[in-house]
Amino acid sequence: MEVATSNPAEETNVWGGGTRPLNASYGKLMMWFFIVSDALTFSGFLVSYGFSRFKNIDSWPIADEVFTHFPFLHGIDAPMYYVALMTFILIFSSVTMVLAVDAGHHMQKGKVTFYMFLTIIGGAVFVGSQAWEWKNFIKGEYGALETKGGQILQFVDQTTGKRVALADIATPIATDRETHLGSNGVWYVSETELPSVSVAEVKAGFEANENVVIRIQKLDENGHKTVLSRAESLEKINAATTVVEGANLIHNEYGNRLFADFFFFITGFHGFHVFSGVIINLIIFFNIIVGTYEKRGHYEMVEKVGLYWHFVDLVWVFVFTFFYLV
Amino acid sequence: MAADQHNLAIFRGLLKFKSNQQKIWGVLIFLSIVTIIEVFLGIVKPQFLMTPFLRMKLLNWIFIILTIVKAYYIAWDFMHIRDEKGGLKGSIVLPLIILIPYLVFIVLLEGDYIFDVMRDGFVSWNF
Repeated sequence: MEVATSNPAEETNVWGGGTRPLNASYGKLMMWFFIVSDALTFSGFLVSYGFSRFKNIDSWPIADEVFTHFPFLHGIDAPMYYVALMTFILIFSSVTMVLAVDAGHHMQKGKVTFYMFLTIIGGAVFVGSQAWEWKNFIKGEYGALETKGGQILQFVDQTTGKRVALADIATPIATDRETHLGSNGVWYVSETELPSVSVAEVKAGFEANENVVIRIQKLDENGHKTVLSRAESLEKINAATTVVEGANLIHNEYGNRLFADFFFFITGFHGFHVFSGVIINLIIFFNIIVGTYEKRGHYEMVEKVGLYWHFVDLVWVFVFTFFYLV
Repeated sequence: MAADQHNLAIFRGLLKFKSNQQKIWGVLIFLSIVTIIEVFLGIVKPQFLMTPFLRMKLLNWIFIILTIVKAYYIAWDFMHIRDEKGGLKGSIVLPLIILIPYLVFIVLLEGDYIFDVMRDGFVSWNF
């Protein structure tokens, strides 16, 4: 680290090397280079999300209706509490990371080890939470129909205004529809599993249930989804072509297709950052235990991975705002 | 960087901490309060904040401002930008605060324009 010589003759020669105008080591500067470029990458993603949202400003899914799960609280509508908890976990693991860096400045090996350990645990809990969030998102809750034009039709109870699941209204019809395999037709079209109900079954059930009406993607002037009248709904359901349960990169039951794509892409990319951060922290953690940095005489490596870790936290603050709050 | 080089004042010197550890906990408390306000507003959604302001709901503006406040304290205190030299501060922050708002401006304006085209055009997107 200490490469600078304090030769008075050399100090007057600024371009001769040996001076450190930014007072930061090579490694730290390179980490900053990476962080600035990665910040621009993330802003590119978030801005393109904003683009799609502004383009579909009158029909974008409402986050509070999509992310409603909380562990061990089945069937209870708990929007946002879980992501808020995830935010706290990540901020807290950021704090333990700063404490590790601070202990490193004082060469306290035991403390650095302990705080790094807490940081890794926090990161692992966060990645696990995100996996759980993804699981709920992919599995879906109520199911929906999709029209030929890609519009999502959801079902609500006319009297209570509550969402109705496809399984609750569908009337079973005996059919012999088989899962389409690539070997039975054009090789590039195949499906892994059939939806639990068919469009015909949902249609029959919908016609039998007088109370159920259709909710479309379009938002009304108060920012709620438009609910059609019973007569309009009976007409609208004829446009349905597909049953959508849960979400993937092609369809999702929550509304606009791009919503799920951006959710998977941005939270996935962020989750990948957290995951790689945990791995890097683990490597540093073992290096601390074996005493690499004691021998080196400074804990600057902890500071460098700390920068990366805080950056991941910083990105999450923005992802949290733009996906869940705004 | 030695421990005694830390700048221990936040809020423009309004709040001074005795040690770096104390400052870290102080910033954590501040960030937590901001997050709690955000979550509270997100759940309650007060009616008076739903009025549109500059093409967005007032509530959304509050969320974005609070996010930037949080980002500032994470970068300044957790990432120690506060303790860096002016040159390093500038070379990190200036590219970001010049490029990102510019990108946001042009891309969102374009998105808004496409929304208008799709709404007022002769093609139905809802079939």
